[in-house]
Amino acid sequence: MAKREIIKKRVPVPERDPKERVKDFKEVKLGYTPQLAMEEAKRCLQCPHSPCVKACPVNVPIPQFIKLIEEGKFVEAARKIKEENILPSVCGRVCPQEIQCEGACVVGKVGDPVAIGALEAFAGDHEASVGYEKIVITEKRNKKVAIVGSGPAGIACAADLLKMGYEVTIFEALHEPGGVLVYGIPEFRLPNEIVERELSFLKEMGAKIELNFIVGKTKTVYELLEEFDAVFIGSGAGLPYMLNIEGLNLNGVYSANEFLTRVLFMGAYKFPETDTPVFTGKRLAVIGGGNTAMDVARTALRLKEVEEVMVIYRRSKEEMPARVEEVRHAEEEGVIFKTLTNPVRFVGENGWIKGIECVRMELGEPDESGRRKPIPVPGSEFIIEVDSVVMAIGQGPNPVVVDGVKEIKRGKKGEIIVDPETLMTDLPGVFAGGDVIRGGSTVIVAMGDGRKAARGIHEYLSRKQ
Amino acid sequence: MFRIVKKRELAENVDEFIIEAPLIAKKAKPGQFVIIRVNAKGERIPLTIADKDPEAGTITLMVQRVGKSTYHLSCFDEGNSIRDVVGPLGKPTHIEKWGHVVAVGGGLGLAPIHHIAQGVKEAGNELTVIMGFRRKELIFWEDRMELLADRVIVTTNDGSYGMKGLVTDALRNLLDSGTKVDMVICAGPVPMMKAVADLTRDYGVPTVASLNPIMVDGTGMCGACRVTVGGEVKFACVDGPEFDAHQVDFDELMNRLKMFREKEEEAFKEFQRKHCGCHGR
Ligand SMILES: Cc1cc2nc3c(=O)[nH]c(=O)nc-3n(C[C@H](O)[C@H](O)[C@H](O)COP(=O)(O)OP(=O)(O)OC[C@H]3O[C@@H](n4cnc5c(N)ncnc54)[C@H](O)[C@@H]3O)c2cc1C
Ligand SMILES: Cc1cc2nc3c(=O)[nH]c(=O)nc-3n(C[C@H](O)[C@H](O)[C@H](O)COP(=O)(O)OP(=O)(O)OC[C@H]3O[C@@H](n4cnc5c(N)ncnc54)[C@H](O)[C@@H]3O)c2cc1C
Ligand code: SF4
Ligand code: FES
Repeated sequence: MAKREIIKKRVPVPERDPKERVKDFKEVKLGYTPQLAMEEAKRCLQCPHSPCVKACPVNVPIPQFIKLIEEGKFVEAARKIKEENILPSVCGRVCPQEIQCEGACVVGKVGDPVAIGALEAFAGDHEASVGYEKIVITEKRNKKVAIVGSGPAGIACAADLLKMGYEVTIFEALHEPGGVLVYGIPEFRLPNEIVERELSFLKEMGAKIELNFIVGKTKTVYELLEEFDAVFIGSGAGLPYMLNIEGLNLNGVYSANEFLTRVLFMGAYKFPETDTPVFTGKRLAVIGGGNTAMDVARTALRLKEVEEVMVIYRRSKEEMPARVEEVRHAEEEGVIFKTLTNPVRFVGENGWIKGIECVRMELGEPDESGRRKPIPVPGSEFIIEVDSVVMAIGQGPNPVVVDGVKEIKRGKKGEIIVDPETLMTDLPGVFAGGDVIRGGSTVIVAMGDGRKAARGIHEYLSRKQ
Repeated sequence: MFRIVKKRELAENVDEFIIEAPLIAKKAKPGQFVIIRVNAKGERIPLTIADKDPEAGTITLMVQRVGKSTYHLSCFDEGNSIRDVVGPLGKPTHIEKWGHVVAVGGGLGLAPIHHIAQGVKEAGNELTVIMGFRRKELIFWEDRMELLADRVIVTTNDGSYGMKGLVTDALRNLLDSGTKVDMVICAGPVPMMKAVADLTRDYGVPTVASLNPIMVDGTGMCGACRVTVGGEVKFACVDGPEFDAHQVDFDELMNRLKMFREKEEEAFKEFQRKHCGCHGR
């Protein structure tokens, strides 16, 4: 192919006006039209060494799918992606592309990187709009696998096992499936119907989904092993970390999990049409700088009662682990950033939070994470007045699933220890992947684990025969 | 969906439900609870497993009507189904052969007390049950407790039945009478549990309280159920719901139960206005 000229400017992805979009929970990004997608696809240089592919945790064949989009073969493009990533509509929207594929893109060295994420979402949405290809399962195996958790890790593992002909049952603790994709990530970033569509596709392929089923409580892993030939644990990292500071249990202090679950998953934003309440008052502060913090801040902005939302973060904006786009969207929508600020105490009055005592921070030497370490400035304490506060400072694996299962080893943060190749735990036949083996990670990494475990399970069961 | 096999009104504002939930029935132990959701718009509310029948595959819930969700549930009849029931949740009661155990319950606390009493008896303890009500019309399950316990003491605030006074009055009498009490287990309204804890602390009797903070998931995922016990923050749904009553910060618990009061009242008014024809109250 003749060498292409570099087009520095990216075709912008249409987005809703910030002033309008903060009034509802509908998706912020409108996505490419076919014309815009084809135009953006032209910017890809089709690099033979494809650094973007190497930077993708599951090595999606990026130049190949972009080429198909350029040629107007949108369905084929989606199927190309699905060879490596079964949820393009999801990942196109939520992957941290700027530190993965787009971060490595050659065009990015001189201009905007190719909009790989937006193109991926476009292809996925397009395929869904014309209807999925029916997957014919040719070979039926008389073996049953139990999947614990219906998040991205569980979904990916289930899909691959179904295609290989296994019988799959997914056990989910909550009353709706989808994991963080439905109870954490808000609809204005990832509409629930996308997740629903993927789940109904799984069901069409033959997956059974048992809701309201807590492995470790309703049945133990040992009991599942009696009924199933193998078990995959994809129970995520649902245990919220709390700031252990004075005033933690004042009314109006939430974990991000509680806040997002109440507002989004239980629908408190429609209260009293739905039964679950949330209390915010007028001024809400979020503590943290990750995707979760941005999601909480933007969710809060969309609540009728809330007038002002602040993000309190101890480092500077550059160090925030959130996707760059989320920070930009939050700023556009009016979230106030209080960086280099660290909470030291929640100040209460009659049992309710009234303020957060904070200390100013300075950046010192880089720490083990490579980011500059924040150091408190002595005597710089001050109080930020708030009516409610949400802690979004990370989470770890919930031990309930393997409570009392001695064979399964866990690390310092409670993460399940697995063989890195097969993802099998020390209890033969039990595999694990996703956030439960990593603490917090990403959707795509969790899905990658799910697929790897599916291969591990297949090998294990083939050997056992 | 979880079918209601049997429903009856036990007393004013208290219903008993027997619900088909075979997996939970098989696993349920004293002290554990379920979380239910009446329908797709419903809130997740915790209710104690008061009894179970593993053969029939059913669990018994005892529900005190206090607000929107509990009133809504009481509109459900035999043959209807509850959308979501999940469990069994929480740690089972730690039961030993202590000797003489006194179980103290009031109102919704009788659900845990009933199931715990079964376990306490099975472990070979002598059991006294003290159950408190405001007045005669509110009394229920005296017969069931009689079947289980060696001694049942009923108190009413107005003296319309049994002993006049509070459960703590009955408990104090018992402790003062020189009867040896090795363990007290209490469940019910927070002020009641606090009063029991204050009393038994003076007498040096180990005491366990079954706490009822606001919950959402019931699996340790949200932290809504935070309570302070011995100066440490605990999640009642996974670390409890039972804790050493002498270590619990009951005032904090009472305060946290008020967190959504205004909204709850709004929801209840809306519910009465729009929906509910079955209770004129
Ligand atoms: C608010 C928020 C925003 C995020 N934003 C992004 C983003 O933009 N991009 C990105 O890549 N990542 C993001 N992440 C991280 C990402 O969502 C997770 O890494 C990913 O979902 C992990 O997938 P998983 O399948 O391992 O676990 P989960 O998605 O957590 O799913 C686990 C499932 O298992 C269920 N479960 C747990 N215990 C049991 C049990 N004992 N029995 C039965 N079921 C059980 C849970 O209810 C849950 O449904 C975000 C996370 C949060 C919380
Ligand atoms: C472990 C546990 C076991 C329980 N067992 C029983 C039982 O066996 N029988 C029984 O009648 N009640 C029980 N409760 C209390 C019951 O859950 C509440 O009465 C119920 O949630 C009230 O809901 P509502 O909508 O009817 O009332 P609302 O008007 O919403 O609330 C009334 C009051 O109930 C409390 N409450 C509200 N929402 C919740 C919630 N999600 N979780 C916990 N408390 C809440 C608050 O103090 C509130 O002010 C238990 C609670 C816990 C935590
Ligand atoms: S690095 Fe960029 S330009 Fe090169 S193939 Fe990948 S997406 Fe295309
Ligand atoms: S109810 Fe959510 S952690 Fe206990």
